[in-house]
Amino acid sequence: MTQLVSAPAAGIRLEGVWKRFKGGVEAVRDINLEVEPGEFMVLVGPSGCGKSTVLRMIAGLEETSEGRVLIGDRDVTSALPQQRDVAMVFQSYALYPRMTVRQNLGFGLRMRRVSAADRTRRVNEVASVLGLDHLLDRRPGALSGGQRQRVAMGRAIVREPRVFLMDEPLSNLDAKLRVSMRSQLTLLHKRLGVTTVYVTHDQIEAMTLGQRVAVLRDGALQQCDTPQTLFHRPANLFVAAFLGSPSMNFVQGHLAGGAVRFADVTVPVDGGSSLADRSVILGVRPTGLTLANGNGWPTMSIVPTLVEDLGDERYVIFELDTPRVDTEATRAAVDARAADDALLTPDERAHFTARLPADAPVTVGEPLDLAVNPSRLYFFDPETGDTIS
Amino acid sequence: MSAPTTTAPPVVAGPVTAGRTAIRSRWAPYLTTFRYLALFGLMLFFLMPVYALVITAFKHPAEVSVSRMWELPASLSFASFAAVWPKLQDGFLNSMMLAIPAALISSMLGAMNGFVLSKWRFPGADAVFPLILFGMFIPYQAILIPMTQTMTSAGLRGGLDGLILVHIIYGLPITTLIFRSYFVGISDEIIEAAQVDGAGMLRTFAFVALPIALPAFAVAMIWQFTSAWNDFLFGAVLTNRNYWPITITLNNIAGGQSVPFNEAMASALLACIPTVLVYILLGRFFMRGLMAGALKG
Repeated sequence: MTQLVSAPAAGIRLEGVWKRFKGGVEAVRDINLEVEPGEFMVLVGPSGCGKSTVLRMIAGLEETSEGRVLIGDRDVTSALPQQRDVAMVFQSYALYPRMTVRQNLGFGLRMRRVSAADRTRRVNEVASVLGLDHLLDRRPGALSGGQRQRVAMGRAIVREPRVFLMDEPLSNLDAKLRVSMRSQLTLLHKRLGVTTVYVTHDQIEAMTLGQRVAVLRDGALQQCDTPQTLFHRPANLFVAAFLGSPSMNFVQGHLAGGAVRFADVTVPVDGGSSLADRSVILGVRPTGLTLANGNGWPTMSIVPTLVEDLGDERYVIFELDTPRVDTEATRAAVDARAADDALLTPDERAHFTARLPADAPVTVGEPLDLAVNPSRLYFFDPETGDTIS
Repeated sequence: MSAPTTTAPPVVAGPVTAGRTAIRSRWAPYLTTFRYLALFGLMLFFLMPVYALVITAFKHPAEVSVSRMWELPASLSFASFAAVWPKLQDGFLNSMMLAIPAALISSMLGAMNGFVLSKWRFPGADAVFPLILFGMFIPYQAILIPMTQTMTSAGLRGGLDGLILVHIIYGLPITTLIFRSYFVGISDEIIEAAQVDGAGMLRTFAFVALPIALPAFAVAMIWQFTSAWNDFLFGAVLTNRNYWPITITLNNIAGGQSVPFNEAMASALLACIPTVLVYILLGRFFMRGLMAGALKG
């Protein structure tokens, strides 16, 4: 009984789940997703992709138009939130303003008729884990943002639910606190081992927190896998464009004779002879470009238009003499990020970003030779956006 | 080094001062004075009855006369109050027993209505709300006869219980509106958090929604108490002599031709004290900030 969470972790299964709002908007379209017991699953996607709706359907706050929601082995599709044994952390924290921290933490237990002695013990336990001991008699109004966030988290933990649901719980914290809370969350999850579904629009949060990450777009699941797999083997153009910072560079290319041609560069493709001749969208991660160093990789000559120094690395941005790739998928992906690498000046030419070490001799306007890593290229179908392999 | 800093400010300040002088006319100071004088004069005009009420009530009965009605009393006297209180007492108590439950119950029911119409919505909520509001626009006089007949056949005519019931029901539209507007402004996430925490509709209302609705409660209470206290028509129709509210007692004291002014004024002053007190006591709950800390902040 000394353990914070005693109930065995339960998995979550979504089977062909749809959400249609009045007026015909399809917020969630045919999602099939299995969350393993004890897993930390992150739902990520641009705003309006349906990730919060999926979470709310798991919580029971939103009705399911079609399909089934299972928690453990129980079909909860038509169960009320209070019957589902889930705990949720809201983006706004949603603390009860007229209750003290102690009452806030204990409210869920009180509603579930846990005895007063048990309640006190559990509230105190959780408060000491989260460092809230000295705040127990304060009202939420007298707390800082970070403290409120911890109370919201504690209110979920103290319930010892079978499932945690978190709706962008860190988005209201300032940047530094967010990063430290992120690692705290991972540690907490390791310690409690409760199945967690976490919604965020921040791809870095998704990659660092999630044991698996489900990428959504327009209410449909794009890909669900480990962060490593998503990053290195994206299923389509959208996933490739959405994940990674700085994001992947895209350019129109042509596959022919085991090599890909773009702008004025030809790069041989590993095992590329099996690929048919066709035009493709070529993706290159910023780390797939290095300074030319004579290791046999094909090189390209570029002129940097902008250099961003980040201390131990620098981002070199340059133009290619070829039209910019502008598809719905890349635009949707760019929309989602904090416009950090959206184009400020409208330009029809393709822009590339290369991630180079800080000591790389780069000057804006001075020609530079970069090498392309042939094993770090991605090909996408220009029509469907699907990955070509 | 100081040269650019000394030349810069006039350039910035120049157009601003120029703009101000261009807009202000030469007569502006006189206009402002005139405006305040006019407002002050109007204020005095509208306060005249209140002034007459207060000073006449505190005058010694021998001092009261029409020709000297604007003069201040020579000395403070409570003789008029003492003379009038025995006549007013029963009405005062009746009104208390009427207005307090009427205001409390009506506000409570309005809070429930407002909650289910905004935070715990049911199919058809959008149709029900306008129907409830409709009740606000039905004049008392229009329903007087059917109401009296209904109350008579229900055996609720004559005592205070029927009158309380009528005031509760007649207050529902406005209290529902007050609470619904208030709850609409409160984040849905707090209600949802309570649901996920395991509270059903009633406990969400009682433990989460009602405690944060204190400002709305104060507004509804002030409104309902005042309208029940000040009502004359329903009281006159629905109660018999023993249960007359203060408005009727007051009318009987002050309405006659032979009644001395000082007694009429003293009873009027006594009759309006409770509503003023309610406003002073509950008014402080009008303050904002009861929601502090619920959300990200």
